[in-house]
Amino acid sequence: MSDTIITVSNLGKKYRIRHQAGRQCYTALRDVLASKIKGLFQSRESEIGDRKSVEDFWALNDVSFEVGRGEVVGIIGRNGAGKSTLLKILSRITEPTGGRVRIRGRVASLLEVGTGFHPELTGRENIFLNGAILGMRRVEIRRKFDEIVAFAEVDQFLDTPVKRYSSGMYMRLAFAVAAHLEPEILIVDEVLAVGDMEFQKKCLGKMQDVSTKEGRTVLFVSHNMAAISRLCQTAVLLDKGAIAARGNTGSVVAAYFQSNAGDNAQFIPDPAKAPVGNDTASLIALSVKGADGGTGPTFVSSAALKVEITYRVLKPVRVLHVGFDLHGADGTIAFNAIDMDAAEGGADERSHRPGVYMSVCAIPGGLLNRGRYSITVGSDTPSGVNFYCENAVYFYIVPADGRDAHSENRPGLVCPRLSWKIRQVSL
Amino acid sequence: MNAELLIEPGRAEKNYWRDLWCYRELFYFLAWRDILVRYKQTVIGIAWAVIQPLLTTVVFTLVFNRVAKLPAPDGVPYFLLVMAAQLPWQFFSTSLSASSNSLIGNANLISKVYFPRLIVPAGSVITSFVDFLITAGLLAAMMLWFQFLPDWRLLALPLFVALAFGAAFGAGLWLCALNVKYRDFRYVIPFIVQFGFFLSPVGYSSDRVPAIWTWHGFDIPARLLYSFNPMVGVIDGFRWALLRGQTDLWWPGIQLSIVLTAALCLSGIWYFRRMEKTFADVI
Repeated sequence: MSDTIITVSNLGKKYRIRHQAGRQCYTALRDVLASKIKGLFQSRESEIGDRKSVEDFWALNDVSFEVGRGEVVGIIGRNGAGKSTLLKILSRITEPTGGRVRIRGRVASLLEVGTGFHPELTGRENIFLNGAILGMRRVEIRRKFDEIVAFAEVDQFLDTPVKRYSSGMYMRLAFAVAAHLEPEILIVDEVLAVGDMEFQKKCLGKMQDVSTKEGRTVLFVSHNMAAISRLCQTAVLLDKGAIAARGNTGSVVAAYFQSNAGDNAQFIPDPAKAPVGNDTASLIALSVKGADGGTGPTFVSSAALKVEITYRVLKPVRVLHVGFDLHGADGTIAFNAIDMDAAEGGADERSHRPGVYMSVCAIPGGLLNRGRYSITVGSDTPSGVNFYCENAVYFYIVPADGRDAHSENRPGLVCPRLSWKIRQVSL
Repeated sequence: MNAELLIEPGRAEKNYWRDLWCYRELFYFLAWRDILVRYKQTVIGIAWAVIQPLLTTVVFTLVFNRVAKLPAPDGVPYFLLVMAAQLPWQFFSTSLSASSNSLIGNANLISKVYFPRLIVPAGSVITSFVDFLITAGLLAAMMLWFQFLPDWRLLALPLFVALAFGAAFGAGLWLCALNVKYRDFRYVIPFIVQFGFFLSPVGYSSDRVPAIWTWHGFDIPARLLYSFNPMVGVIDGFRWALLRGQTDLWWPGIQLSIVLTAALCLSGIWYFRRMEKTFADVI
């Protein structure tokens, strides 16, 4: 673990971008000749004017970090933060403009699933072709051939051209080849964004195997924070081509979430512009808070949370409930909570007397798994829905920095500690 | 594995050639893919590789021998004269167009995976070489048919094959690198091939070109100028080696052809290597 396998120092990559409408990114000889000839006849000034339309853009700027042997590093950041450029430089597809990278070991990069697959070739042929493209030797591919086919579950279509494959089969086959690479360093970009849930789970599992069982160094780029948190011990947050955070995955993911300005654990509808509610009840505010009063949007997994729903009851009603659905990052409902479960208190009062009320739901610490959550809030009376607001707030659960061993890598939206008893029942 | 890799801007990689060797299997696989794909889902499959040169040769024989009344050297069927030239020319023209478009055609690979890019154009030259071998088989059959068999001069053929390889590869590298940068080069390539056809002695024998051509009182060394097309030397060599030396071998032309081919190859590799680093960014 201690020795470094990748050292990146002051890495920079500059692209030139043209601000000219209708211009393709390819240079045409015609244009080059035309501008050369124009340059002969025209004065210098117009040339300067021309030059203004070209601007330098630093996709990466002064990036330095180190990766140790066997480390699994997540690289996160918003679109255009420079993640893909970084991976392209590390996998030698493109050259940096400045700085240097020192890599010790064989690198295999998986920037896309199925690079070089040819639709006319059969599955068998494509396994060999793709393997060679990814840097495998023929003997190596032959040795792993059966394993690859088994992983991809395509054995009866092995001699069918892949153009007749379903997209799921295609993806599985492509990932299977890549997953059986044996480099010291594996670079993976967003490949899990494709395929169905089942496939994604399988890929994640395989990646986990690669890192833990086989002790390889993995650089993993993804927008899937749950996957990042699950796979990676440490992470790098890139923002506008520079490193914004580097360290323990939990804190880096938290930094990423905090930089997401659009996400907020508070929701206060503007009654003048977009009131949420009807003539019976309307929502005033919804907020998720830590038990310690922290306003998020990032909370530590061990901390208890409060969901506070503030609303105004406008006329006396017989029965009124407020509640919410808690969604995971993929939209699945983790659970529903409704204030009819309240043991005692203001419910009666509320049905007779209009006013402002607050229903508070306590979510015990350690219940929610790490990841991104959203809350859909609503209220109804027997006569109908008073208000309903989908995904009103977003918040994030990150592992505690003290990292209690239990919350590591548990799948699922919730990870409650249920009670267990262990006893011996026989010899 | 402690092979240390250093990535720096503008670094001429020391181990480029070693890398090329490591990736030799990819080279083989890419060529194999192109050959496999070429004749998939075609009605007569591999027969295309036979029909094309055969028909072209028949047409050229009719046009140049019957219509234009160009003579063949003693005892050589005009058909074989054309076919012996058609063999290297077809190899040159197909590999030139294939390798110039090869990088664009493999753009998805270039932008997603690292490997020495030289493999791509080289692979397409190899692919064209398979067609060359098929045509060579056809030529052998035709020689049996005409009962005109080559003599000891055939031993010199590999030299001219190597020369054809060099010319196709060197020119292919230039065009392929230029094609990535300037997309309008793809319109230039068919032109080059078409011009090259008329400027090469495919349908006629190169001794039809006068040594000195007098024009308005100026003596123009036409044959020498003509030989600046490296394929002239290659085709002359093929004819000489295959047709029992019935066509003459013009030495200055051959020498010029060798020098030009070497220059084309070396400069092609140099230019390709220089452009290579930016391929992924501009493709």
